[in-house]
Amino acid sequence: MVINNIVSKEKVWELLSEIPDPDIPVLSIVELGLVRDVEVISESNVIVTLTPSYSGCPAMGVFKDDIITALNSSGFCEVEIKISLSPAWTTDWMSDVAKEKMRAHGIAPPEKEPESELRFARQKQVTCPHCGKQETKLVSRFGSTPCKALWYCDTCEQPFEYFKCF
Amino acid sequence: MKTKDALYNFCLRLADNNLVLGQRMAEWCSRGPILEEDLALTNISLDLFGQAETLYEYAVLLKEANITADDLAFLRNERQFYNSLIVEQPNGDFAFTIVRQFLYSTFARLMCEALMNSNDESLSGYATKALKEVKYHFRHSSEWIIRFGNGTEESKNRAQFALNELWRFTDDLFVMNDIDHELISVGISFSLDDIFGQWNFAVQEVLREANLFTPERFNVIKGGSNGIHTEHLGHMLSEMQYLQRVHPGAKW
Repeated sequence: MVINNIVSKEKVWELLSEIPDPDIPVLSIVELGLVRDVEVISESNVIVTLTPSYSGCPAMGVFKDDIITALNSSGFCEVEIKISLSPAWTTDWMSDVAKEKMRAHGIAPPEKEPESELRFARQKQVTCPHCGKQETKLVSRFGSTPCKALWYCDTCEQPFEYFKCF
Repeated sequence: MKTKDALYNFCLRLADNNLVLGQRMAEWCSRGPILEEDLALTNISLDLFGQAETLYEYAVLLKEANITADDLAFLRNERQFYNSLIVEQPNGDFAFTIVRQFLYSTFARLMCEALMNSNDESLSGYATKALKEVKYHFRHSSEWIIRFGNGTEESKNRAQFALNELWRFTDDLFVMNDIDHELISVGISFSLDDIFGQWNFAVQEVLREANLFTPERFNVIKGGSNGIHTEHLGHMLSEMQYLQRVHPGAKW
């Protein structure tokens, strides 16, 4: 029984890592660090713990439905989703592989920013995901989704989105 | 007052601040002065709605009654809302909205920092999460305050006007009642007197950099946390709650 649960747990992680983020479909919810824990109670009963990226992120509702659908269709009839707020989600939980996928998709991945300064923080230049140059500037701290900001590359003269360091 | 009832009411107060300000910011949708700011103001709104939802969900758990977070948002009357007066003030122009955001975000940031040390795990979890977002709002609004103050005569005048108009609502942010005293005594919440000093310091720092002056305390009014509001909240709620009132239980 214990062995079965371990097998099931791996299976659940595998299923979850196939669920894409609706806004950045090249990345899964596991790669983004949104799945914090999987607990297999029995062969049909599983608890998935999620952490929200941003409090108001509308994609959270989509994830929950996708998780339930994916697990139900693989025989986990009872799926419970728990939300964990602490520790708060951070872009540090994203792997280098995930960041590279993001860049290849045309979104600049998060780069470390100085933490202490709150105003007009001297943010280091974000690397343009198109041409790889660093002559870029911030256009707006906010973008098309809560997790992104708008930047512009002075070298290739293209706008691009930057996944905020959070 | 029982701790649980106090905590329920306290959650509503925090959530109502977020919901009401979120609704005000959402009123900017498609009306922003430039596209980037239209996105910024509505993104802030989204964060605030998310924070409100987290707190309403927690309040529902505490209540152990057959209510939902949506009921709390859409089916309570004006006198049952406990938000501070400043967040319900109408948007005015862009400077007015930003000054209101700045004064409130400075408060919300300090509040989150304090609540991270709450011995109530749900509240400290909320505060840890919300702090990251609130810092971003603080940064966005304070940068604009500094630009307004050092920009043109027009931008400076508008920012100073907004500050003068809104200043009388700021004392209301720090009003404590029985709820606070109960929660402070059990280590769930903290004295707002301590936060007031830090708030004043943080606000003055930005105003100095913006070359704006601190207004006189004049015609101060208070009452939000006791459910006593300015005339603006009722009008806002009538628009926000219209659909659920006319078509109860309607789903998106």
